[in-house]
Amino acid sequence: MKIGVFICHCGENIGRTVDCVRVAKACSFFPNVVHSVEYKYMCSDPGQNMIKQAIKDLKLDGVVVGSCSPHMHEKTFRKAVSDAGVNPFLCEIANLREHVSWVHDDKEVATDKAIDLMRFAVEKVKRNAPLKTIQVPVTKRTLVIGGGIAGIQAALDVANAGYEVVLVEKEPSIGGHMSQLSETFPTLDCSQCILTPRMVEVYQHPKIKLMTYSEVEKVEGFIGNFKVTIRKKARFVDDTLCSGCGDCAIKCPIKKKALSEFDEKLAFRSAIYVPFPQAVPNIPVIDKEVCTYFKNGKCSMCVKVCGRNAIKFDQQDEFISEDIGAIIVATGYKLYTIDKKPEASEIKGYGEYGYGKYKDVVDGLQFERIASASGPTSGEFQRPSDGKTPKKIVFIQCVGSRDESKGFSYCSKICCMYTAKHAMLYKHKVHDGEAYVFYMDIRAGGKMYEEFVRRAIEEDGVKYIRGRVSRIYEEDGKYIVKGEDTLAGVPIQIDADMVVLATAMVAQTDAPKLAQTIGMPYDNYGFYSEVHPKLRPVESSTGGVFLAGACNSPRDIPDSVAMASAAAAKALVLFGSDMLEREPTIAFVNENLCAGCFYCKKVCAYNAIEVKQIKDKNGNVIKEVAFVNSGLCQGCGTCNATCPSKAIELIGYTDEQIYAEIAALM
Amino acid sequence: MENKTFEPKIIAFVCNWCTYTGADLAGTSRMKYEPNVRLIKLPCTGRIDPVMILKAFEKGADGVLVSGCHPGDCHYNAGNFHARRRWIMFHKLLDFVGIDENRLHFSWVSASEGKKFVDVINGFVNKVKAKGPFEKYEKINKEFVING
Repeated sequence: MKIGVFICHCGENIGRTVDCVRVAKACSFFPNVVHSVEYKYMCSDPGQNMIKQAIKDLKLDGVVVGSCSPHMHEKTFRKAVSDAGVNPFLCEIANLREHVSWVHDDKEVATDKAIDLMRFAVEKVKRNAPLKTIQVPVTKRTLVIGGGIAGIQAALDVANAGYEVVLVEKEPSIGGHMSQLSETFPTLDCSQCILTPRMVEVYQHPKIKLMTYSEVEKVEGFIGNFKVTIRKKARFVDDTLCSGCGDCAIKCPIKKKALSEFDEKLAFRSAIYVPFPQAVPNIPVIDKEVCTYFKNGKCSMCVKVCGRNAIKFDQQDEFISEDIGAIIVATGYKLYTIDKKPEASEIKGYGEYGYGKYKDVVDGLQFERIASASGPTSGEFQRPSDGKTPKKIVFIQCVGSRDESKGFSYCSKICCMYTAKHAMLYKHKVHDGEAYVFYMDIRAGGKMYEEFVRRAIEEDGVKYIRGRVSRIYEEDGKYIVKGEDTLAGVPIQIDADMVVLATAMVAQTDAPKLAQTIGMPYDNYGFYSEVHPKLRPVESSTGGVFLAGACNSPRDIPDSVAMASAAAAKALVLFGSDMLEREPTIAFVNENLCAGCFYCKKVCAYNAIEVKQIKDKNGNVIKEVAFVNSGLCQGCGTCNATCPSKAIELIGYTDEQIYAEIAALM
Repeated sequence: MENKTFEPKIIAFVCNWCTYTGADLAGTSRMKYEPNVRLIKLPCTGRIDPVMILKAFEKGADGVLVSGCHPGDCHYNAGNFHARRRWIMFHKLLDFVGIDENRLHFSWVSASEGKKFVDVINGFVNKVKAKGPFEKYEKINKEFVING
């Protein structure tokens, strides 16, 4: 084998701490290496041409590139090698940037490590086999998880391109958090007015199968070929019979037992209920926890009033299986709760703000409901405790955000804007009211955002105070907010009627569970991880799984919508061809060695191992051996490590290759 | 101290999806860590055959690190559980063949845990440094060459 070695300086990123010339020189002495050079930018056009030219001139049949992480440019270099006529799987990458130059300071030590890594890669490539990618068919159907604005947008985009969509929403209605909002910044559009037509469009779209009050239970398979099991939770209402008249909810005798989730627990709802009047679908659900029938069987008022016999107390959860090619995850966020009781709080430490203790200390979404025309106060500013109009409201930003000691290190991004909006809406309705905002910095990056905040300050007279609040306590019917004005350098005290906390946006509580169901990565906060923060922001590293909206990180409506359209575009790219190429690094059975113990079959998570019968010429079965279904095998290699006779091997990561790498350490 | 200039050689078997990517993140975040560890990338910790670990010691490694996705987070659903089970069985064997269990470290590092990767590496390198070089197998090898 004739191997060519190519060391990239990555501008100065590698060259600064790794002596690339010395690495190239050292590599030239490795057995089988016939060509070893370094270059400033190996991934650039001239760099790639160097590789191609060397392959042609020297008839190389193996290439090792010392560069950035293979997760970055493995594809690029494999393609270059392939263009020059060498099998792309005879190209290996040694990670000299992320694993060497960026993490070590000492040039000598870093260079030595780089040479070691190059030796590993050379030893591995010598034992690589030329491989062909596997072709698998693509199911051109998309699953969208989450029916908030991001999920709605993604579903509509894919469906409008002509492909079928299954939209799964765990709540009884689609709409998500956007349907709860009063008006949206910076245009002050009524949120429901712009959202509900979209919700109806989803409902009526012939290509969209809407499944509300449903959750994804199981995801099997892989890109282009997922099999998804969806649990359709029992509503106790037959959705094919219900006409959405609403009589059941009106007549339901349970009036004050359950707090409305939609109104953020500021109002009550009945036991049989539609979350809000514009809900899609307009079909109620029965809350088993409070319904008298489910408690003691004594009430069935809803059955009596329903003219269509749609109430079905015996309804069970259903499991529905769908064949899916691409998954778009748009499960959104929640606001984190800072209850006064430590056991109820997710994060301890904000007890001094009295959330949960004082009725008039509310969070951002609760204030949205108070400000909303569809809310419990019909848009009149009344404080929850006594219904009086608050004359002085204090808004506190960054409660949990940008606060490593008590909350999260990240910025929740939307709070500066919605706080300005809250204060503005309040001032528009309560002209003699005073609005104070405690802030750390005002982050108003976005089209017309900064102008919006300036308007709140300059035109509406909202008073901004740069500083943190140390404590809130009740005294003579007022909430005493003690804080600091850091610009004036003085302590400050405001006797407020109401306090609004801009609490951090956090991942959904069950976000890790869904990630584990799908098999995709998530970060320490529970937000789903993208492959690359800049260049592949809407793709999960699990093939065929795309991300949209605030499930990835805090973001506002326009960003979520843009991301949803991008995710839809990614799904459509997948549907652009009938067949899909997959990495050929899968397991392979040496039938001569296989004893037919089928331990491999037991450990395989994909049911990829099948039983193959070996027959003699008379058709009698001589023995049974394992057989790998190449369409199902994902190449984890668990079978390889399990096989007692080493009859099954993971191509690309064979024992021989790994032992050669280990031996190369010396 | 005799170990003052001793720089251990450590081989790490890591999975492609979690720990390798976590190491990439440590790089992208420009975190600094001890340079003694050489990563061998595998698709999954489920691919790790205990013999590989013995082989690493035989070839002169002073320590071996195994790291993959957190339980439940495996890209391949369950590979890391198999790895964990094997480890439970295997560490007794390690003791039997005369390798100090502390020279093998098993950890979970996810793709977002660049900082944890650094801590694991630094912690383990220091631990192995304190232990000194692993010479037992080399001695056996030498004896084997001389006698046989």
